[in-house]
Amino acid sequence: MQQFIDTTLSGLAQGMVFAAFALALVLIWRSTRIVNFAQGSMAMATTFVALALIQAGWNYWAALAAALVSGFVLGAVVERVVIRRVEGGPELNAVIVTLGLFVAIQAAVAIIAGSSFQSFPAPFGLRGFTIGGNTIALTPNRVYVIAAVLLTMALLVALFRFTRVGLAMRAAAFGQEVARLLGVRVGRMLTLGWALAAVVGSLAGLLIAGGSFVYPAYMDSLIVFGFVAAVLGGLDSPIGAVVGGLLLGLALSYVSAYFGGSSVVNLAALVILVVVLLVRPGGLFASTVARRA
Amino acid sequence: MSDLQNAGQTIAQPPAGNPATAAAPASTSSRKGRIPLPQSTLLRHLLAVVLCAVAAVVLLESTDPFRNSQLATLTYYAIAAGGLTVLTGLNGQISLGHGALMAVGAYTTGLFLSADEPLPLPVVFLAAIVVTALVGAVVGAAASRLHGPYLAGATLALAVGLPGLALKFKGTLGGEQGLRVRAPRAPEWFGDAIKTLTGNPATATKWLAYVGAIALLVTYFLLANLIRSRIGRTWRAVRDNDVAAELAGIRLGSWRVLAFVVSAACAGLGGAVLAIVVRLAAPSAFTLVLSLALLTAIVLGGLGSLLGALIGSALLVFLPQVTTDLGSAAGLDGTEAAQLAPFVYGVVLVAAMIFAPAGIVGTIRLRWLAQRAKRAVARETGR
Repeated sequence: MQQFIDTTLSGLAQGMVFAAFALALVLIWRSTRIVNFAQGSMAMATTFVALALIQAGWNYWAALAAALVSGFVLGAVVERVVIRRVEGGPELNAVIVTLGLFVAIQAAVAIIAGSSFQSFPAPFGLRGFTIGGNTIALTPNRVYVIAAVLLTMALLVALFRFTRVGLAMRAAAFGQEVARLLGVRVGRMLTLGWALAAVVGSLAGLLIAGGSFVYPAYMDSLIVFGFVAAVLGGLDSPIGAVVGGLLLGLALSYVSAYFGGSSVVNLAALVILVVVLLVRPGGLFASTVARRA
Repeated sequence: MSDLQNAGQTIAQPPAGNPATAAAPASTSSRKGRIPLPQSTLLRHLLAVVLCAVAAVVLLESTDPFRNSQLATLTYYAIAAGGLTVLTGLNGQISLGHGALMAVGAYTTGLFLSADEPLPLPVVFLAAIVVTALVGAVVGAAASRLHGPYLAGATLALAVGLPGLALKFKGTLGGEQGLRVRAPRAPEWFGDAIKTLTGNPATATKWLAYVGAIALLVTYFLLANLIRSRIGRTWRAVRDNDVAAELAGIRLGSWRVLAFVVSAACAGLGGAVLAIVVRLAAPSAFTLVLSLALLTAIVLGGLGSLLGALIGSALLVFLPQVTTDLGSAAGLDGTEAAQLAPFVYGVVLVAAMIFAPAGIVGTIRLRWLAQRAKRAVARETGR
């Protein structure tokens, strides 16, 4: 029972990070119909920015803010300079371009920061709370992770629901031509969308790095998990991404605990993805009819 | 369906049979000064294979053992890239999982060769091809219903997930350290033949390079014929307009699965050659970077073109050395300099997609076709 509760709690905390990452993918997919395979690399790059600042003596929160700002800038630059040229083109071209970015950014960070494992500090304790003499797997840091993701989601909902910019962004994603006719600067909105998504992705990267090790490839499996979570939720729905992330976090946590350890976690994600794509290609909560293959 | 794919079509279809008539009606004058090629596609391909075989022998005999081993590396990249270019360029399906499929071929080869009385090498290769093709059929069955980013994500998950199996089954597959592969020795006749032919000593490296070259030539010969056959045409139809293809009675699913199986078989053979050349099958050799490197090779060379796949693979082999040397000269240490190669792959992928989506071979061919059309027009109007 103890193990089950611990597994569930760590699955939930992990799932929150997957959810944030999936949300970043969904934001970009909704606005530009591109799956940003470079998301992991971009998040990794900003995590290294934070790490460098922390090693230079900054405190965690200042470094976090700086990393998120650099994520914003990186996302905007990537969209404006590279992605803009393949937007609306053949879907294979966009996929290949984001894959190219993925490799290039990862290698660039490895050249600058080295490929070795470096420990990344956690802002809160890593010892579990004690309830009735038992130490459970809920640590202060995990509470922080969950709270940070929930806060981000609330901010995003507020942005899209209650602000003019959010309305314009939704309009640009909904119908580019119509939005442009009505005076929305569609290009600027797409850039902003990518920048925001990069911030959310960076946050996921920073949260999963806390209290653990970072190296240039540490986000490789997270991009897969994020994609699986997003597809679980249907790629089009932010709520679906969050639920998909949580489900995937729990599922992988159980697989790791009860069926053969961490080496099969990636494989389990593959199996889940294939089953979902074959059985419900539109995701668990498909709101629109899935496009034919 | 798309610019990229239309470009791929132009690459893949030099007008068959009589090249001159398709573009220029004034064929008699434009044929002047051209090398007469056999009309039959099969004969033309055989001729190309013989020429390439001669070139391969000359290349392998005139270079030192280090270059030999580099050329052996080139052969397995080129075999896998050839399979991938057929899948992506001809049938429009992307795969980021070919590195993992190569791993299947490599591990199968390693397991078969570790037997006390190993089977002959061609049989082992065939086994690797069959096993990988079976895996490819399973993946392809799932992939046939997906498109674009969904397919990329699913195969990405394959590339990240499959090496985990080697860690899971430590006993048979060797875990993180990998599986040592006993490369077969060169047979007696090979040493004798090389000695009488060129007077060079026949090293083990050279034998493996020859094995790779033979596998490469056979693969490309078969693929080239397949591309020009009814099967290749059907694949292009599926790629260019799936609705029209379906209306014409083509069953999309089965043809997509077939493309994946053929492509996986090539990846399996590539992995088998890799296993005996490197003498090791380890998870660290089959990372995502390998899959993306193969993708870089075919995109840069030109999607759908076997020549492009070969050129791209050559880049994969020779570029890391150049960039590592440049990096060391610029003051980077070993591991940092080694990362320059993937950096260049990534930049090349982005730049190629933005500036020359048809790749090297495609761009040159498009230019050449445009020139020829211009000349033909000039001749028509001048008359």
